[in-house]
Amino acid sequence: MIEFHDVTLGYPGSDLLSGVTMKLAPGSFHFLTGPSGAGKTSLIKLCYGELAPNGGRVEIFGEDSVKMSRDETARMRRRIGIVHQDCQFLDHLPLDENVALPLEVAGQKADGEALTELLTWVGLAGQAQALPPSLSGGERQRAALARAVIMSPDMILADEPTGNVDWDMSLKILKLLAELNRMGKTVLMATHDLNLIRAAKGLTSARVLRIQGKRLQLAGSDL
Amino acid sequence: MIARLSILAPLFGGRSGADRVVPSTGPTALLTMLTAAAMAFLAIFALALAMATGRLADRWAGSLERSATIRISAPADQIDRQTAKVLEVLEQTPGVEFARATTPDETRKLLEPWLGPDLPVEDLPLPQLVEVTQSEAGFDAEGLHLRLAAEAPGAVLDDHERWRAPLVASAERIRAIGLLSLALITGATAAMITLAAQAALAANGQVIRALRLIGAEDRYIARAFVRRFTLRTLAGALAGTFAGALAIALMPAAEEEAGFLTGLGFQGLQWLWPLAIPALAAILAFVATRMAAFRVLRTVR
Repeated sequence: MIEFHDVTLGYPGSDLLSGVTMKLAPGSFHFLTGPSGAGKTSLIKLCYGELAPNGGRVEIFGEDSVKMSRDETARMRRRIGIVHQDCQFLDHLPLDENVALPLEVAGQKADGEALTELLTWVGLAGQAQALPPSLSGGERQRAALARAVIMSPDMILADEPTGNVDWDMSLKILKLLAELNRMGKTVLMATHDLNLIRAAKGLTSARVLRIQGKRLQLAGSDL
Repeated sequence: MIARLSILAPLFGGRSGADRVVPSTGPTALLTMLTAAAMAFLAIFALALAMATGRLADRWAGSLERSATIRISAPADQIDRQTAKVLEVLEQTPGVEFARATTPDETRKLLEPWLGPDLPVEDLPLPQLVEVTQSEAGFDAEGLHLRLAAEAPGAVLDDHERWRAPLVASAERIRAIGLLSLALITGATAAMITLAAQAALAANGQVIRALRLIGAEDRYIARAFVRRFTLRTLAGALAGTFAGALAIALMPAAEEEAGFLTGLGFQGLQWLWPLAIPALAAILAFVATRMAAFRVLRTVR
């Protein structure tokens, strides 16, 4: 799915990431952890082409991310569901339209029944007409997850999706991601919450990647 | 060709989803429409000025081009003889198509605006005028001047060139200024729309980033801005054109006596020209917004 080959990111003389080599295989579940400012968000941005590496090569679905045209990058992102910590909604559109937006930009029609089913899956069926600013942090994260999966992507990239929610909501979001992984989706979830990583044991078979000293390490054994 | 025309599709399709992804910006929208209306209003007047001066230059250049006047100032007992001599000379001059002496009635009519209707023309020592029409080839003015000086010493030839040339040049210059004004209005409109579009794009940076994140192509994002600014400009320009055309239509009708001052406006098929202004404004808005949108979008990966 995604392969990093000796990737370096940063400014000359001050690298954020250095010599990163990794491979996210189809159907895998990886946690990405490390201290704040270690480069978790930057690594995730490399995975969907928002950032370009200074050195090395990032291959997304077999294509070099740097060589993709802007339209190719856009089409590649339709195969990846992205959940940001700040969600990035269009605040003037109701929740159901925000969730269906990836279909709209891809020129597809949203199936009303499937949309309701998706909102029910994330527990937001009753909030379909609510505007994003009126939702709580947990509701926004679950809505972002719904938007990320509406195109039935091959992969989910979640950047600190539990960063602003309480423990119960964190577990709910984790369970949703684990469920997606069981459905065959590749998942990469960035988090600094080690308790959450421990809680994943039993829910899914995951590997933990840790950014330490600008490098990426496989932390401990598989969960 | 069809592929090229497809870039216009966003303008003519129904209200698409792309329209809804950008929140409406009330003050910018109103400002764009008002500016487009003002520019269209000014453009109508610049166009009317250019056309009126064009007509004036053509009239001055055309109607007097082949005419000349001979003024005979002589003592009363010699004036008829000299007039007859002048007409005889003109008859023999190559390039003269027609010549005749003006009647006292015509002289009275010429002086009436200045001296009143009851002018005793016969009692005044007024010069006799001879109206001359040249053929296509024209006459040799210098030769005629010398011959008149020899045979009718009181006759002075005025081929109108002395005062006609600067008038035609002035009219041509006013027409050029009118066209230059149109060009400036076009440039200012393009600049205004570009600035407004860039402001709208900058204000919607978050929307653009979110759309790129979920896989929106640049043309999808640009469509919303392009359609909005084009339609707003078209609406504003239509209103401005209508107001401008109405103001021109309500101006006093052109009359011979007032000439240029009341001649500002359109005549006949020239009334179709104002219709081009809203269309031109819309094309300008389409191109300016599209360029601004793609320039801004290139800064977001």
